[in-house]
Amino acid sequence: MSATTEAPPAPPAVPGRRPIRYGRFSGVLRMRPLVVLLICAVVLLLAAAANMGRGDYPIAITDVLATLFGGGDAGQQLVVLELRLPRTLVGALVGGALAVSGAILQSIARNPLASPDIIGVQWGASAAAVFVIVLGGGAVGVGGSFAALGIPLAALVGGLVSSLVVYVLAWRRGIQGFRLVLIGIGIQAVLVAAVQWLLTVAQIYQAAQAQVWLNGSLNARSWNEVVPLSIAMAVLVPAALILAHLLGGLRFDDDTARGLGIRVNGARTGLLLVSVGLASVATAAAGPIAFVALVCPQIARRICRVGSPPIAASMMLGAALTVLADLIARTALGSIELPVGIITAVLGAPYLLYLLARSRQEARA
Amino acid sequence: MRRRRLIGLAGLTTAVLLAVLASIAIGTKVIPPNEVLSALVAPTGTENDVVVRALRIPRTVLGVLVGVALGLAGALVQGFTRNPLGDPGLLGVNAGAAFFVVVGIYVFGVTSLFGYVWFAFAGALVASVVVFVIGTRAPGGATPVTLALSGAAVTFLLSALTSSIVLLDETSLDAYRFWSVGSLAGRDAAVGGQVVWFIVAGAILALASAPALNALSLGDDVATSLGHSVRRTRIVGVIAITLLAGAATAACGPIVFLGLIVPHVVRAFTGPDHRWLLPASALAGAVLLLLADVVGRVVARPGELQVGIVVALIGGPFFIALVRRRKLGAV
Repeated sequence: MSATTEAPPAPPAVPGRRPIRYGRFSGVLRMRPLVVLLICAVVLLLAAAANMGRGDYPIAITDVLATLFGGGDAGQQLVVLELRLPRTLVGALVGGALAVSGAILQSIARNPLASPDIIGVQWGASAAAVFVIVLGGGAVGVGGSFAALGIPLAALVGGLVSSLVVYVLAWRRGIQGFRLVLIGIGIQAVLVAAVQWLLTVAQIYQAAQAQVWLNGSLNARSWNEVVPLSIAMAVLVPAALILAHLLGGLRFDDDTARGLGIRVNGARTGLLLVSVGLASVATAAAGPIAFVALVCPQIARRICRVGSPPIAASMMLGAALTVLADLIARTALGSIELPVGIITAVLGAPYLLYLLARSRQEARA
Repeated sequence: MRRRRLIGLAGLTTAVLLAVLASIAIGTKVIPPNEVLSALVAPTGTENDVVVRALRIPRTVLGVLVGVALGLAGALVQGFTRNPLGDPGLLGVNAGAAFFVVVGIYVFGVTSLFGYVWFAFAGALVASVVVFVIGTRAPGGATPVTLALSGAAVTFLLSALTSSIVLLDETSLDAYRFWSVGSLAGRDAAVGGQVVWFIVAGAILALASAPALNALSLGDDVATSLGHSVRRTRIVGVIAITLLAGAATAACGPIVFLGLIVPHVVRAFTGPDHRWLLPASALAGAVLLLLADVVGRVVARPGELQVGIVVALIGGPFFIALVRRRKLGAV
């Protein structure tokens, strides 16, 4: 037996798939995620069209399309272009942002339960926003016009600060997924107490306003929200996609990831910043919409049959789900409108329970 | 060890007496101890006597009851689940009670604290059973994480349902927001009278299951071989926890973290033996609740900070310190 001097050509890393290379980047082309992306896009478009057509002032779908492309009468133009189109866009953008945020976080924590819902972003934002709603008029000494600008701004800052606090407290020679989740639950309980106290000192109409905000609502969202959301997404989502090729390596333990040539702490910090940024912006725009960030990446991962939550498919799924939930929230109870977050919570919580009951291996994957 | 336990119990008993005295004497109006004493022993109908007898004493009695109940419930939850993060509030009991209370307000038009009690009780029962079933059916059993998370999930779901009702109906919101913070204020003696027997029954069940809990802490197999029926012990445990936590929540609204803190503090001198841990937790629960209530009255004068909020502000950092310090099994 003599040692072979020439190695046989290496088989493709993923059998049956052609590798793609471009400079430093390489990957394999998978058809399934592309098909999933396409289907989600179609669902999103249908949900968006229905959302723009249905409501107190119903408009036929053909008229919606005509209005979007410059036709329609004055009433239709007002309803579609100034009310329902921006609202639908905010829903899609917020849902997409939350889902991407969750996908990144779940990959970093190597835990499907990590989500901005749970690690403090959304309750930090909520506490800050309710603080402004309740005390903004009197105690801080600012008028109503500031409050309109101040609530999203306060929510943004609150989300960033509380997630930072959770992260710092969970840091103990590195970040462990479960510790992050449990610290998040602890911080959340404190913030919940603070919010409830604020609700007791508030006037009843302020309490009602805060309650709507606390459930995540797309009501009366306008182009004022679409523009900053779009800008934030345009910056953060490409950053997420560029960093995403690192996510595959981060699924392994730190040493393996280092062996694969990943700068573990740098990659993790960058991804975490993108994730928290997306969740904070989304929460500032629409309040804490529950479970989208938790559920969508896991569903996307399963239907795409990939190892860690796929960014693009999660985003499209999140957008479609949020617009669909808003459609239900607006129209299910006739003329009474629920906040969209209630629908997503009612859909999402049983899924979380299922995730827990199904398998612990799954929960630790 | 025995010596330390006895000293600890004696210290706790003294602390309960001092906390009771503080709770009666300190408030919007501070009443000197000698006048408290005269109001108790020989009331003459002065203003201080009326304040003490009509307001402070019922509130203090309720505080002791609720504190005992939550302290015991916390120790039981931690014992039965072998879960250092056990707390009835974290396991969905509060959210269940809140949801049923809101249903009571909105659907049945209940307006008095007297009426909320039964709804809160039923809700606590339903939620705790659901969380336990889900948490223990997960493969790998009731680890700290599965229980904490199934509690969180049930809380999320029920809170969303609660919110949807209070959003539809402003009257419900107005009543609910004051119930939901957890407070001893304005709960009159009648509320205490409604729940006292549930707490007594729960406490008896709790103390009776102490030996079985000691056996369970060695593992299910050992407990079985020592002659304990694991299944029956667990069922008794869930009944006791529900009675205690449900009655406490029904009486003064959701209070989270008290049941978590107390057993950890008490273990410092009782050790893991439940025959000592449970009674000590009951006493320490009463001390903590009364002191939190007094602090809430003092810091926010002339108003007051509700006891549920004070406890959460103390309990949150405690919980976090606990998570950071321990290697929590799977955690």
